[in-house]
Amino acid sequence: MTLVKKIWTTPVVTEPQGVIIEDAQIEIIARQIDERARKLFGRSLHIREVDAGSCNGCEIEIVALNNPYYDLERFGLHFVASPRHADCLLVTGPVTRNMADPLRRTYEATPGPKLVVAVGDCARDCGVFAGGYGVFGPVSAVVPVDVVVAGCPPTPPMILSGILAALEKREQRQVEITQQ
Amino acid sequence: MTASILIEAIQLLIVALAAPLLVGSVRKLKARLQGRRGASVFQPYRDLRKLLVKEAVISENTSWIFRFTPYLVASVMLLSSLVVPMLTTRTPLGFTGNIIVLMYLLLLATFFLALAGLDAGSAFGGMGSSREMIIAALAEPTVMIAIFAIALRVGSTSLDEIVRRGADDSLLLLNPGHLLAFVAFFIVALAETGRLPVDNPATHLELTMIHEAMILEYSGRHLALIEWAAGMKLFLFLTLLSNLFFPWGVARTLEPLPVAIAFAALALKVGALAAAVAILETSIAKLRLFRVPELLSGSFTLALLAVISFFFVR
Repeated sequence: MTLVKKIWTTPVVTEPQGVIIEDAQIEIIARQIDERARKLFGRSLHIREVDAGSCNGCEIEIVALNNPYYDLERFGLHFVASPRHADCLLVTGPVTRNMADPLRRTYEATPGPKLVVAVGDCARDCGVFAGGYGVFGPVSAVVPVDVVVAGCPPTPPMILSGILAALEKREQRQVEITQQ
Repeated sequence: MTASILIEAIQLLIVALAAPLLVGSVRKLKARLQGRRGASVFQPYRDLRKLLVKEAVISENTSWIFRFTPYLVASVMLLSSLVVPMLTTRTPLGFTGNIIVLMYLLLLATFFLALAGLDAGSAFGGMGSSREMIIAALAEPTVMIAIFAIALRVGSTSLDEIVRRGADDSLLLLNPGHLLAFVAFFIVALAETGRLPVDNPATHLELTMIHEAMILEYSGRHLALIEWAAGMKLFLFLTLLSNLFFPWGVARTLEPLPVAIAFAALALKVGALAAAVAILETSIAKLRLFRVPELLSGSFTLALLAVISFFFVR
């Protein structure tokens, strides 16, 4: 009964999606993605998270995307348990020597068309771990990357806009921002 | 004759087209109960459309079973939808199968899904298959006994006959055995369709998943078929629950008006049951795997009591 009361008295806490683009932080790699694929993924994107050697800082921010406040599901985005179910790989951390091969194999196991979003400074350029003996290199050294979200760790809205940026055409997005 | 064919076609279309909507509505209601906005109720259609045009990656270690299973599972669900009395008590193909045939048809799909889980040889697939088989083996006697509890009272295992008797004689529904059988069947339906206290449809943790662990290797159109079939299975179980235990509004002739009323009644009843599932899933936690047999044996006891009560309460 207390639960029912709680449900009735608690409002929807999901924030409306505001202008959360910090343009300098998100680089879109100029890789040609099939226009059809973009259209297709617009309303339904299944994401597989791959930790390639991260300190788990980025993971905590990614987990926050699932909570009622950010509620990733309302955009038709969904985390899945297997790369076979995924359309998009969300890769974090500098790629360590042990994880380079699993990452490559995860990419191969993902059915096409597929996207790769590298999350965090480590995924972009190995961050503070650059040059470490166990570090293989940034994510782009192993698999082709579509979007890089910088930050240590990036905030959940930044990760979300990174994923959405991978889906949308750059021009359209800028038009939307100026309108708002 | 034309009316019969038409009614079968309508049933088939209802199950095939409404199943994703049902899944989407349960998800939406759950999201609202959790204080989220959630995806649109039409999200499962978008997911299916996307999966259908995606590439299907198949492990080179798999046999024909892996490729065959999605088609078998989907066709079993479509076949079952022809036998279940959904709108009328005069399901034209009702004579081809009774409730026992229906239950074993559904079990055939479960069996092949478990085989396909083993086929790719991945660790999680085998784990999911073994768990699914444990649950299927424990749920099956309960299903049969709950069904016998109803069939004994009606004197027939034909689905049409059970629904017709229930609709004619409403006192039959006030029987304690009927209510016990309903609770038993509801728990088993939750277990069979992979819903919450037994399996969590929203889990991403490989160690806790059952149904999802078996289909980890599927992608593209195969995955779409399996997801669609899972939605149809949920729809069929909720239809069975609502029509066997609350046969209100089910048409007894093939005239257009009663069928239209039956359609509205079906939508209401299945919607109410779906809401119950969503509320249940929000308010309880998943059971530890080793406690699932306790839940299912509790449901078995209820079903047994339902049968026993038939001999005492007339």
